[in-house]
Amino acid sequence: MAALNNLTEHLEAFVDVTRSPTHHAESLKAIATSLEKGVLSINQLVVEMDMYLTTTDDVVRARGILLLAEMLDYLKSKPLDNAVVHSLVGFFTAKLAEWRSVRGALSGCLALIKRKGVAGVVTAVDAEAVAKSMAQSIQVQSLALYDRKLCFELLECLLEQYPEAMINLGDLMVYATCEAIDGEKDPPCLMIAFHVVELLARLFPSPSGPVASEASDLFEFISCYFPLHYTHTKGDEASIPREDLSRGLSLAISSTPFFEPYAIPLLLEKLSSSLPVAKVDSLKCLKDCAVNYGVSRMKKHYKYLWPALKDALYASTKTDLSFGLESLTSPGFGMGEIHREAVNLLQRLVKQDISFLGLVVEDIRVNMVFDTISRYSRYEEMLDTSKLEVLVVSQILSVSARSSVESCNIIFETFFSRLMNTLGIVEKTSTGDLVHNEISTVSTRLYHGGLHLCIELLTTSKDLIPSSEECTSTPESAQQSWCSIVSRFSASLIEAFTSAVQSSNDDCSADAYLGVKGLLAMGMFRGGSSPVSRSEFEKILTTLTSIITANSAKTVKWELALKALVCMGSFIDRYSESEKAMSYMAIVVENLVSLVRSSHCSLPHPMILEATSEVCSTRPTYVEKMVEGFEEAFCSSFSDFCVNGNFKSIENCSQLLECVTNKLLPRLTEIDGLEKSLVHFAISMWNQIESSVVFSYDFNGREFVEAAMKTMGEIVGVASVDSQNSIIQKAYNVISSSTLPAMESIPLTVAALEGLQRDLSTRDELILSLFASVIIGASPKASIPDVKSLVHLFLVSFLKGYIRAAQALGSMINKLGTGSGGTNISTDCSLEEACDIIFHESDSSKTICGSETFLGKICLGFCGSLDHQTRAITGLAWIGKGLLMRGDKRVNEIALVLMECLKSTNSSGNALHPSTMKHAADAFLTLMSDSEVCLNRKFHAVIRPLYKQRFFSITVPILESLIVNSQTPLSRTMLHVALAHVVSNVPVTVILDNTKKLLPVILEGLSVLSVDSVHKETLFSLLLVLSGTLTDIKGQQSVSDNAHRIIECLVKLTSYPHLMVVRETAIQCLATLLELPHGRIYPFRREVLQAVTKALDDPKRRVREEAIKCRQAWTSISSRSTPF
Amino acid sequence: MVSGLINENPTVYERKERRVRTDSSNNDEYSVEPIDQLEIFDILLLQLHHIRDIRDPEHPYSLEQLKVLTEDSVEVDDGKSYVRVTFTPTVEHCSMATIIGLSVRVKLMRSLPSRYKIDIRVAPGSHATEAALNKQLNDKERVAAALENPNLVEMVDECLSPSFE
Repeated sequence: MAALNNLTEHLEAFVDVTRSPTHHAESLKAIATSLEKGVLSINQLVVEMDMYLTTTDDVVRARGILLLAEMLDYLKSKPLDNAVVHSLVGFFTAKLAEWRSVRGALSGCLALIKRKGVAGVVTAVDAEAVAKSMAQSIQVQSLALYDRKLCFELLECLLEQYPEAMINLGDLMVYATCEAIDGEKDPPCLMIAFHVVELLARLFPSPSGPVASEASDLFEFISCYFPLHYTHTKGDEASIPREDLSRGLSLAISSTPFFEPYAIPLLLEKLSSSLPVAKVDSLKCLKDCAVNYGVSRMKKHYKYLWPALKDALYASTKTDLSFGLESLTSPGFGMGEIHREAVNLLQRLVKQDISFLGLVVEDIRVNMVFDTISRYSRYEEMLDTSKLEVLVVSQILSVSARSSVESCNIIFETFFSRLMNTLGIVEKTSTGDLVHNEISTVSTRLYHGGLHLCIELLTTSKDLIPSSEECTSTPESAQQSWCSIVSRFSASLIEAFTSAVQSSNDDCSADAYLGVKGLLAMGMFRGGSSPVSRSEFEKILTTLTSIITANSAKTVKWELALKALVCMGSFIDRYSESEKAMSYMAIVVENLVSLVRSSHCSLPHPMILEATSEVCSTRPTYVEKMVEGFEEAFCSSFSDFCVNGNFKSIENCSQLLECVTNKLLPRLTEIDGLEKSLVHFAISMWNQIESSVVFSYDFNGREFVEAAMKTMGEIVGVASVDSQNSIIQKAYNVISSSTLPAMESIPLTVAALEGLQRDLSTRDELILSLFASVIIGASPKASIPDVKSLVHLFLVSFLKGYIRAAQALGSMINKLGTGSGGTNISTDCSLEEACDIIFHESDSSKTICGSETFLGKICLGFCGSLDHQTRAITGLAWIGKGLLMRGDKRVNEIALVLMECLKSTNSSGNALHPSTMKHAADAFLTLMSDSEVCLNRKFHAVIRPLYKQRFFSITVPILESLIVNSQTPLSRTMLHVALAHVVSNVPVTVILDNTKKLLPVILEGLSVLSVDSVHKETLFSLLLVLSGTLTDIKGQQSVSDNAHRIIECLVKLTSYPHLMVVRETAIQCLATLLELPHGRIYPFRREVLQAVTKALDDPKRRVREEAIKCRQAWTSISSRSTPF
Repeated sequence: MVSGLINENPTVYERKERRVRTDSSNNDEYSVEPIDQLEIFDILLLQLHHIRDIRDPEHPYSLEQLKVLTEDSVEVDDGKSYVRVTFTPTVEHCSMATIIGLSVRVKLMRSLPSRYKIDIRVAPGSHATEAALNKQLNDKERVAAALENPNLVEMVDECLSPSFE
């Protein structure tokens, strides 16, 4: 009973039009829930609603009916009694005639008609009644948008679900549809209307049916929308995109062949229009029509269709054919949308009806092209019209050929021999020899136009070769005659293309381009039925390879040939052509790899490497072969250098290593088994270094060491833990056999370090750097032997000035296990122990890491030379970074030492050297920034979240107080540099939380740093921090408070002479400041405008552009009449 | 105000492919990039592109599409601090020509360094009162006077306000 009481309430609420829509929705929801739960049955509801449904108050009645309809929509999937459905549909059908309640009636009918698959569906008789009532009593176009949409949906639903009933109605439905569509302008309604037309066409396919008899009227109603054009494009995002609607229209137009007499002339007319949209739409629609109307109906129009299509192709083709590298695998000229659609249509027509090809073959313009071709030999000599002829005709012929095997045969039979004649390419006799003309001096004539046409034909025809599995299913008799034509000419074709490439010189890339493209086309025929024999295929490979090996400079020809080879390689891999793969391996891969191995060839080394790595990456087997070759090449060149002192060899080595790092490592995930080969490569690098005991020549090859370090580090970085372990072990063995262990015994005292005057030998230096790289790349899980002595070794070597050692030490500290229960059981040394060694105090056995430690003392200049001081600072920074990233507390002490170095004097009153201070300031950059060379994700660093934030909160307060108390300008500048490094590397959210405190010091920093051009990069990063705070809502208050200082500072920076981006950013910041309250910034307008006006004459264009925008913005506030 | 369209059916030209500035990988901080033709054209086009001599939203063409301004119509000499812009009204008696000319002048005055001398001209033979127009557009006093007329300033500012298309 309670439910019923509520019901009346809800009903009242819904019927009352003065209430808000949310109110309505709520009551609707409440009733629907009780219906769904079964508290209320639909019968009860109808009985309860009796008064609302029959009252004479039109508004209430309309609302009542709408409510009932909405309920039915909710209950779409709930089983209902058939009798109920019948009576309800009867009710709604009757109400359709009553215009006041038409919305409710329509929604009700729609909700009932949509029911399917559940108990209680509308019977066909009832559906017929609905349709009849609708057709007779509703004037669709007089309704509102939403109601019109309902009408179309109802029509669509009726046609889809009750086809038989609708067929009974016959003419009536067609009339109703015509009437409904007439004058419709809204995309959502039209979308459904077009579908309705399609459904009608499907329902009445008979030539004596209502659609056939009414075709002309129906077509008139829909054709007036063609081509679709939206007059109101904006502000209607929810609406249907033009493309969809245009597709719907196209489907409607092509839906029935009865439209054909009207549609095709219309479309042809629109195709000749100058509007691009009309052209594209007509071409798309013509294609749909060709599919649906059938060949016999389309045939009548061929003689109009073909010229129109041809014109569209001519008009949409541009004549600038590109002979560049990128177009080797593409058509070589830009394709507009019109062009693409025209091509699609042509292909469709030829595929559907081979007789259309007759028009193409007999076309005068198509046939004329052979004269055009033979008139010019070079493409650039051609007139634009001739270029157009050649391009369009090649396009027409190749598209037609692509359509089907049959059309391909016809095209080749008609044109290919003629083309070959024009080009002077001769046939092969049955014996395989070339037929020579009487005058044997007649050589092939390399007409560019002809070559282009020929290549287009060959390229398209290759897609027609069935793949091996299809081949077995098609009978041999259907074998392609075009294939035999091509194979008759193949030998001479290859020869012609080869000669085109060879005759080309540097200033003309067209010859080389066409030649290589032709060879590529010939080489890309698939499978056993290819018209190109194996020996001919091998000849192509040989030619291309010889182009690569013969050129000593990187010409266009060289690059083209390389790209062609890579294309062929990946083509072979894609279709797994084992025979061709063998030829490729033998001719291309082995040739190139042997070139890499032999150090004596005319080709510059980097070019061989590039070619080899490109070509070999197409297939895993080639990669294996290549890495083997690289390994051998490395070993031989390296030993050649060691023994004979050949500097050329060491240069080759570094180029080879660069190639491995840049070309191979990035593709590790794509190529299977590459990791294994690379690990092998790394180990043989160590072997080679181990075996060359004596370097008879000193080498100043910094380049080689750098390259070797990079390669080694990256290989270790990507290798699995097991492989890492084997590399580490190998490296450790090498290091123990060198003289380096001697350094481990050096005690950490200044005297001992001073005594170690002699630098490391070249070999030791190489070994040390490489070993450091291995350690840097190793993951925390890898086991490192004898950590304690290694720590000592690195410690001594970075004090000797080897930064790589400091980085390795930092990495090691970062990854070591903590204490006995650490992550790593295999190492024999814990973090504590390692730190003990590093930070051991000079006189007592207590371990702290502050300024009392040996390192700290060197840093602060208590002992050791200036060199030692700066090295110790840099080293300490790397160690600190390792500790910081893993979240170790000891970094705080290190930071304190570093900050101590920034003061102008140390605790004993001695002045610190400027270079010490500079290194200390830079140490903060090392600590905070993300490093490329070590301690990053790639090298498996242990990274605690928020480590930067933590460091920020520790150091910034101290730095700030130091700045306040700084004694000399230099110390002040250096403190600012350090602070800038910290501030600009921390995530911007942290800055925003502390804007109030930071802003003054950032501004001061900006003005201090702008004095000297040395700090320009730091200045820029600090300025970026400032600009970040300006735009954010969090920082706005303090920005507003400091507006005068910010503007003053930015105005100064607009004329900063040393870095363009600084000026640009400063001006952008000034423009951003306009978001502040008007009263706050208005006083500064004169100052800002003056500065920006000066910037209009800036030497750099980007600054001027910003200045114009900024000036415009600031001018507008000064002339605004109302201040706020 | 004129009622109706001055030019009901303007010829619309295809937008010419913009000359892309070849970024000459100019890494030298201290080298000078002089103001050139393209830069002036950009200044004018970026913000002027909804001045139309038609006020009908059905024809939202830019000055470039109507060939009122082209890149070649800008002559500039950075060394001599001189720029001349020649524009072509779409019809001979276009009454908007003064507003376009004035807007171009104001835009350049606001965007170029003060050392520049700006010369605005109507293309020869493109306007009925060509000589008068040229004189009016280049007369300092008259330009200044025009800019003191609040109605005119409002029209110019409307033309120059950044459009949000």
